[in-house]
Amino acid sequence: MHEMALAASMLEIVEGTAHRIGAARVNAVWLEIGALSHVEPDALRFCFDAVTRGSLAERARLEIVVTPGTAWCMPCGTTVALPALGAPCPQCGTYQLTVSTGESMRVMEIEVAS
Amino acid sequence: MCTTCGCGSDEAHIDGESIEPVASTEMHWHQHADGKWHSHDHGGGHADGEAALGIAGASAKRDSVTSPSRLVQIERDILAKNDAIAATNRRFFSDHGVFALNLVSSPGSGKTTLLERTIGEWAKRTPLAVIEGDQRTSRDADRVRAAGASAVQINTAKGCHLDAQMVAHALTHLKPVDDSLLLIENVGNLVCPAAFDLGEAHKVVILSVTEGDDKPLKYPDMFHAADLLLLNKIDLLPYVRFDVAAAIKYARRVRAELDVVLVSAQTGAGFDEWLAWLEHGVERARERRERSIDALRRRVADLEGELERRRASVPPA
Repeated sequence: MHEMALAASMLEIVEGTAHRIGAARVNAVWLEIGALSHVEPDALRFCFDAVTRGSLAERARLEIVVTPGTAWCMPCGTTVALPALGAPCPQCGTYQLTVSTGESMRVMEIEVAS
Repeated sequence: MCTTCGCGSDEAHIDGESIEPVASTEMHWHQHADGKWHSHDHGGGHADGEAALGIAGASAKRDSVTSPSRLVQIERDILAKNDAIAATNRRFFSDHGVFALNLVSSPGSGKTTLLERTIGEWAKRTPLAVIEGDQRTSRDADRVRAAGASAVQINTAKGCHLDAQMVAHALTHLKPVDDSLLLIENVGNLVCPAAFDLGEAHKVVILSVTEGDDKPLKYPDMFHAADLLLLNKIDLLPYVRFDVAAAIKYARRVRAELDVVLVSAQTGAGFDEWLAWLEHGVERARERRERSIDALRRRVADLEGELERRRASVPPA
């Protein structure tokens, strides 16, 4: 599953930052994962735990903040909440929607020990 | 949970040559009698998230007592590296007028057969090149080469999707020419490839009528990521319970602007429309390349004019 590739990319980002600032260990990683993004948080935890073994982020705590999905509704002419892909506009029931937020997957910050 | 998921113990290959792996981690997995997968390295502990958090939480507490810790902001997309390489691929395509498509679907939807017929019917309107992605074998690349296209095979070994780095590497082998069509047949997988930008102009999702008509609801990410739905094997409609209108309705719930073309790779039905869609894309790519060349030529002409004026205004020595 692709969460392994995502976890590997996360480790690269985290290690890169830690090395740049001379940190010896990463204790925690904060992620912002959109509700509409292509990742299963539990699978990501599993893969992150596996991929960080032997690295300076070994056993780092993974904090995942899920950000809500929103979409522009053409008929309503406004941004509405979108709980999942394929859900209708909560106001008017249309599917004429363009996703605005909720698809991103970002490493936000890390807690390091020197 | 899949244990063969790009762990790096097997590397991806292109036409038999290994390429730099995306990640290099050593992991050895085995399955216990209870069905759970565990890693050898974990020293007898649990591999699931809950226990790991407990360990991480405890060690974090220890660390915060014994050594100072600080928060460092990063704010970087997890896929920033892939997306940067995809952007480079996209620039290459744009500079060279290459119309590149990322064909995605479940295994068995008829992608390769569709490619074979497309190559035949395209009949060299423009050069046509193919990048094939499979876990193993070069069978698909062999088939499309036999059909008349130049092709490169990527073998992902344990990987479940193509990524931008693999495609970038394949391009150095394939060297697509200006104003050509490039079809990338992704690994058969209706989940993972949705997340990975390869630099393509469009993702084309292929669904066959021998699959369920509710697939777009069950696999929304992939249909949401696509710009065109090719509904294949329509010659089999009389023999299967597939509601075409429902499938299109469901697909447009997750992607309102999705184009739809009904085809049969077996009989050629619908191929006029599919080829017209391809021609339109190839033409737009060529125009974009020419516009960028025109823009460059105008800039060169402006600069030459400016140079002449400055030379003329310099008094002779």
